Amino acid sequence: MRIVKSVILAAVLGLGLAAPVCAEEAEISLPHVEWPHDGIFGTFDRAAAQRGFQVYKEICSACHSLNLLYYRDLTALGFSDDEVKAIAAQYQVQDGPNDQGEMYDRPALPSDHFKRPFPNDKAARAANNGALPPDLSLIVKAREGGEDYVHAMLTGFEDPPVGVKLMDGMNYNKYFPGHQMGMPPILQPDLVTYADGTKATQDQMATDVATFLTWAAEPNLEERKRMGVKVVLFLLVFAGLMYAVKRQVWADAH
Amino acid sequence: MAANYTNPIVRWIDSRLPVFTMMRHEYYDYQMPRNCNYLWSFGAFAAITLMIMIVTGIFLAMNYTDNTLLAFTSVERIMRDVNYGWLLRYIHMNGASMFFIVVYIHVFRGLYYGSYKSPREILWMLGVVILILMMATAFMGYVLPWGQMSFWGATVITNLFSAFPIIGDPIVTLLWGGFSIDNPTLNRFFALHYLLPFLILGVVVLHVAALHIVGSNNPYGIDMKGPQDGLPFHPYFTIKDGFALVLFFLVYACFVFFAPNYLGHADNYIPANPLVTPSHIVPEWYFLPFYAMLRAVPSKLGGVLTMFSSLLVLFVLPWLDTSKIRSAKFRPIYKQFFWFLVAACLVLGYAGSQPAEGIWLVVARVGAVYYFFHFLILLPLLGKLERPLPLPTSISEPVLKGSGPVPAGAHAKPMEKA
Amino acid sequence: MSDTTHSAGGHGGQASGHDDEGASRRDFLYLATAAVGAVGVVGAVWPFVSSMNPAADTLALSSIDVDLSPVQVGQSITVTWRGKPVFIRHRTAEEIAAARDVKVADLPDPQADDQRVKKAEWLILVGICTHLGCVPLGQKNTDPRGEFGGWFCPCHGSQYDTSGRIRKGPAPANLVVPPYAFLSDTQIRLG
Repeated sequence: MRIVKSVILAAVLGLGLAAPVCAEEAEISLPHVEWPHDGIFGTFDRAAAQRGFQVYKEICSACHSLNLLYYRDLTALGFSDDEVKAIAAQYQVQDGPNDQGEMYDRPALPSDHFKRPFPNDKAARAANNGALPPDLSLIVKAREGGEDYVHAMLTGFEDPPVGVKLMDGMNYNKYFPGHQMGMPPILQPDLVTYADGTKATQDQMATDVATFLTWAAEPNLEERKRMGVKVVLFLLVFAGLMYAVKRQVWADAH
Repeated sequence: MAANYTNPIVRWIDSRLPVFTMMRHEYYDYQMPRNCNYLWSFGAFAAITLMIMIVTGIFLAMNYTDNTLLAFTSVERIMRDVNYGWLLRYIHMNGASMFFIVVYIHVFRGLYYGSYKSPREILWMLGVVILILMMATAFMGYVLPWGQMSFWGATVITNLFSAFPIIGDPIVTLLWGGFSIDNPTLNRFFALHYLLPFLILGVVVLHVAALHIVGSNNPYGIDMKGPQDGLPFHPYFTIKDGFALVLFFLVYACFVFFAPNYLGHADNYIPANPLVTPSHIVPEWYFLPFYAMLRAVPSKLGGVLTMFSSLLVLFVLPWLDTSKIRSAKFRPIYKQFFWFLVAACLVLGYAGSQPAEGIWLVVARVGAVYYFFHFLILLPLLGKLERPLPLPTSISEPVLKGSGPVPAGAHAKPMEKA
Repeated sequence: MSDTTHSAGGHGGQASGHDDEGASRRDFLYLATAAVGAVGVVGAVWPFVSSMNPAADTLALSSIDVDLSPVQVGQSITVTWRGKPVFIRHRTAEEIAAARDVKVADLPDPQADDQRVKKAEWLILVGICTHLGCVPLGQKNTDPRGEFGGWFCPCHGSQYDTSGRIRKGPAPANLVVPPYAFLSDTQIRLG
């Protein structure tokens, strides 16, 4: 009887552990990158995130919005207040109405949202062959595989295998579900010039952008993990004390 | 009743409204069977989790906007701009999962030790009411962030009611307040999501009141025969539950701080889009066994009825189980089938997470058939056919503990009446 | 967690019957556990309280720039800053003279006019009566401005002068001067 029970338990546990793995589409497995922000003590690689922001600003932002972010958020990546002001001031945003009742353009302030490339989704579709470039604010949390997915997507372009017929305007990406992607293989080596002298290979840019977008999706990741370590340590100490008290109290009950 | 409180203010209040006497009676002097193990702490976990959900929920509601245009961004504003908003939201989000884990273990503990049997039928039925209210609350709460899974989960679940002939469509329109899931639906779900937890709290009070009338069950499933069998709730069980609670918080904290989205779905971080359904819709894990039963039946109405019946059958469980012996400890055959039921529920859950085709459809059907077989056929028969092991004479003298099956004789007759 | 505090107090009495050293060790354990539990409760409460303070997006909007160039002498404008009305009055020479020609010591809330302005012709005030929070009248030239030519609160009749000081009525203090700085001759930043 014990054996029956343990066999069932083992089978059930096995199923339970296997579940999250199988739940993903088994056909495409994404290569895993070792991220510095993984693990319970993980922190963002600030330099990589800043480079990733540069790639986003110079390349991705032509089509992809980052609607949930403010320019002021960039201070968390290590930019100073003045640098953030300067970055924001490069963009013109609409404000108003003024005293004459008219809308007008002004340089963006740190308290403004990131400027979006298209005024609305229809304009975005019209400019992109009918495809809608998704907002990237939460892309890392909104895709199975997270930052690995973003990295794989940006490095997964290749010539279609023999026999695969691409639809008009589509590009073959070995990691994209269905493999036909509206986005062209945009990240070509040395497309950006990094200020810190890092060589802008395709993989480097993809890694940097994925780091930046992970921060964009979960800006509180570091605070969360830091607090988590403290809370868990506290609870362990407290559990030890409670156990000692419990034993004391129960000592005269047996 | 008039306790001798030394503090004059306490005495003054207590003689007019005996709250102190009552608390003392229910949480201090209340006699617990001394052999209750840590599985008896899960009720306390559930009560605490309910409080955590209510408190975090109230603080989240201070920053949430129940409008289809603003709901998603208001949740993200909580995550990004509100001080510790991310913490409150992750506690609330994972709290739902913790609540169900704890309550499911609580339910299976009741099933194993026969806690639903006489005289605890009403206690058990109130528990089933709580479970159903929890499911409704969790479902409506999941809609509020207005992500893709929120929207399509709401669409699928509300459409269940369209399975009923004639009244189905009017009911669905009534639930929606329109011709599809839209702003009126979100508004009413928010209102009800805020209301239902307080209803749950009320039923929990009744659940505890019923418990304290009939007394707690215990691993032997036999009644307490005197003070030597029990221990006062305080300090013995307050401290035992308290210690266990800290361990529970450890597990909870690991989810909140290190894997806050592990139990969720990536699609819910995409704003709701009424024109595009995600390729793979799955409910939250705690609904998966029921979802599997829904899909196991080839007819729409049949699936819906099967799913609802799987909960309703729990209401009549006290009368389906004909055995007079409560604890599975002394029911060798039931004990094995209990683990089959656990396995069936877990397998159903896994099948529910898979596409409803091929082998998983077959698995879900086998699981669903076993689930109903267990309650409707097995339990009524088993009580008549099974020969129970001899029961201990009392909780404080577990003379038979650890010994194997004893030849039928002196102790073979159950010691209690139904 | 309140369970711990109970056990510390309620159970301490049962120590009798054991030797004193064991009893005091036990008491110490109970006390330490209760203290750690209390720390935990306080730590858990803080995020909830903190979440009710202004969020990051609210704080980010707490300063605004105002262009003064269109405001003619004698005119007033009202701008919104942190959800409150801010009065900006381009004072005439007579108004400045009236504001300076009072005996400061006689005022209910004594304050000299030059302590309340950075440039004499620009008076900048939070437009909220210090009595109970109404917005005083006096921004438009047709508004009643009270006996002292400043502002008149319609709720309970408080009267302010051309420096925004309380002169008559129930209000206890002068209209508040918000923090601001001149960025140029015609541009200020509030906050």
